Amino acid sequence: MNVAESFKFAWRGVTANKARSALTMLGVLIGVASVIVLVAVGTGASQSVTNTLSSLGTNTLTVRPGSSSGGLFGGAAPAGSGGGDTTTTDTGTSTRAATLTMADAEALSDPILAPDVVEVAPVVTASSVAATYESASHTINTTTGSTAAYLSINNDTVASGRAFTQADYDAHSRVLLVGPTVAKDLVGGDGSDILNKTIRLNGKAFTVIGILQAKGSSGQIDSDDRIIAPATAVQDHLSGYGNLSSISVKASSAETVNDAQTQVESILDARHHTTADDRDFNVSNSASFLSAASSITSIFTILLGAIAGISLLVGGIGVMNIMLVTVTERTREIGIRKAIGAGKYDIIFQFLLEAVMLSVMGGLAGIGLGYLICQIRIAGFQAIVAPYSVVLAFAFALAVGLFFGIYPAMRAASLKPIDALRYE
Amino acid sequence: MNANRLLRPVIDLRGVFKTYGEGEAVVHAVDGVDLTVERGDYVAVMGASGSGKSTLMNIIGCLDVPTKGSYRLDGVEVRLLNDQQQSKIRNRKIGFVFQNFNLIARTTALSNVELPMAYAGVSGRERRRRALAALDLVGLAPRVDHTSAELSGGQQQRVAIARAIVTEPVLLLADEPTGALDSHSTDEVLDLFDNLSAAGRTLVVITHEEEVASHAKRVIKMRDGMIASDRRITDVTAPPPRLRQTTGRVL
Repeated sequence: MNVAESFKFAWRGVTANKARSALTMLGVLIGVASVIVLVAVGTGASQSVTNTLSSLGTNTLTVRPGSSSGGLFGGAAPAGSGGGDTTTTDTGTSTRAATLTMADAEALSDPILAPDVVEVAPVVTASSVAATYESASHTINTTTGSTAAYLSINNDTVASGRAFTQADYDAHSRVLLVGPTVAKDLVGGDGSDILNKTIRLNGKAFTVIGILQAKGSSGQIDSDDRIIAPATAVQDHLSGYGNLSSISVKASSAETVNDAQTQVESILDARHHTTADDRDFNVSNSASFLSAASSITSIFTILLGAIAGISLLVGGIGVMNIMLVTVTERTREIGIRKAIGAGKYDIIFQFLLEAVMLSVMGGLAGIGLGYLICQIRIAGFQAIVAPYSVVLAFAFALAVGLFFGIYPAMRAASLKPIDALRYE
Repeated sequence: MNANRLLRPVIDLRGVFKTYGEGEAVVHAVDGVDLTVERGDYVAVMGASGSGKSTLMNIIGCLDVPTKGSYRLDGVEVRLLNDQQQSKIRNRKIGFVFQNFNLIARTTALSNVELPMAYAGVSGRERRRRALAALDLVGLAPRVDHTSAELSGGQQQRVAIARAIVTEPVLLLADEPTGALDSHSTDEVLDLFDNLSAAGRTLVVITHEEEVASHAKRVIKMRDGMIASDRRITDVTAPPPRLRQTTGRVL
């Protein structure tokens, strides 16, 4: 019994009942497609997070108040609202309020102590700022006050209008840059009319001098719902003269970012009278942030793939179910084949091949469907089909066909020809 | 060696019993049968239903093994064979013809006839050549591409006969071959059997019809699982009693 012959028999078996074969394949198809789609969604999400993070630049450092013992994300919470004195000598107390000041930021711009630091931008933030223009109003997600250097450190560019300058900063000018979402909300249309208009932020008049380049949204967070203004003006009118929420530091290159981190830490340690063990600030390195984020998203991708794998398993059970029905239905045929000389292994091979055919054809169709679904944008980002998921899903479908085909095939082969021939 | 092979009986049953069930419900389907069928013989096995002739046919066809006793098919002790070897011996040594034809559905006459050779591992081209020759022999050359649904009962049985003889088995075993056929088709099939017998084939036909049995060289009647009578009509080497030389085909 050669392989080509067995293929012919198996194919005849598959096509004998087309509707049933198609429905069986559908189970495997959905399984394979969902593995591909969910892994692609995971990969896409991971890519989107990575892009967002690397758009912040891989050579930037962010100094935040608070101890680093809170973990990687611990420093992100706006701490230091207590507003204590930075020159405190009480270094033994770990519960001391952590602070960063303008003076700290200025001290970091030191070409001798911090040769790898090229730019420093102090950052102040204000929460829930209400922007109004004529009758329109909008609550801004992120209000940032900083220096002119902030834009270049954060890889931000101005799409139209101009950025504010050091002169604006020194003069406490009430000018601002708005994100596209804010612009559209206040003036409608594409938002470009907002340029050079005066809007009110918590009732204080500010002039829009530029519109920021759109950054898009990552997941549920709209990165374009923000404004940037000189820190001096923000402190005057919106946030008050408290402490900085963070300091953005740009290293000369991605290679020197770790050196720059050490320099920043030693300058601030000297100023705060702290050591590595009791720091009241922490410096996060965007590169380490990036690797942590990508390891988290890859865990989610694996999780999604595993969940989809379950549906593939269910599809496999469908294959087994139908193969058992087929064996029962074709008992007589099996009897004839055995009577005229088909051996046990001929029968096993024929039915196993039929099961594998069902699952492989379902798998191929599933790959096609998976690719199609991945062309659709899901939740604001593009799903990316991972080649390994295609190979994996297909191999899994093949394995499912083999595994779930064995039992029905064995059952067919173990039928006694005399009983099988008598079967009606 | 060769002469020995020719002298060896095709079927050699000695003290064969087949029982079903246990204790009080035990059924002796075959109750002590000794039977020798020589090469070239044409034997009709007759008996009422329940006489054990079907069980005997299953044993002779290696579809079932005796509970007790010895069965040598062409010198091979069948009881000692495993499942796989039984398949092989059925494939090599026996050609089956069933009452209800037992062709594979949705499959052409040609593919059906090729099937036993496919399991025997004959190459595609050779298989096709031999299958076409066998179909020509039974007079179905123009219908090789028809599926069983497109053939009449008589034609289906002729396809089944072609399938049975295509591997040139030592034994052609037919179970009620005309049971599902009209009188015209019955005549066709019986003529075919006569011609096969005249060509030297060994045939065993299980039947309850006198008409069918009258074509055989030897008639065995069974009752209650035992051989009730064993009557020889013509000699093993003689042509079958009702051979009509009408077809003129050399088989």
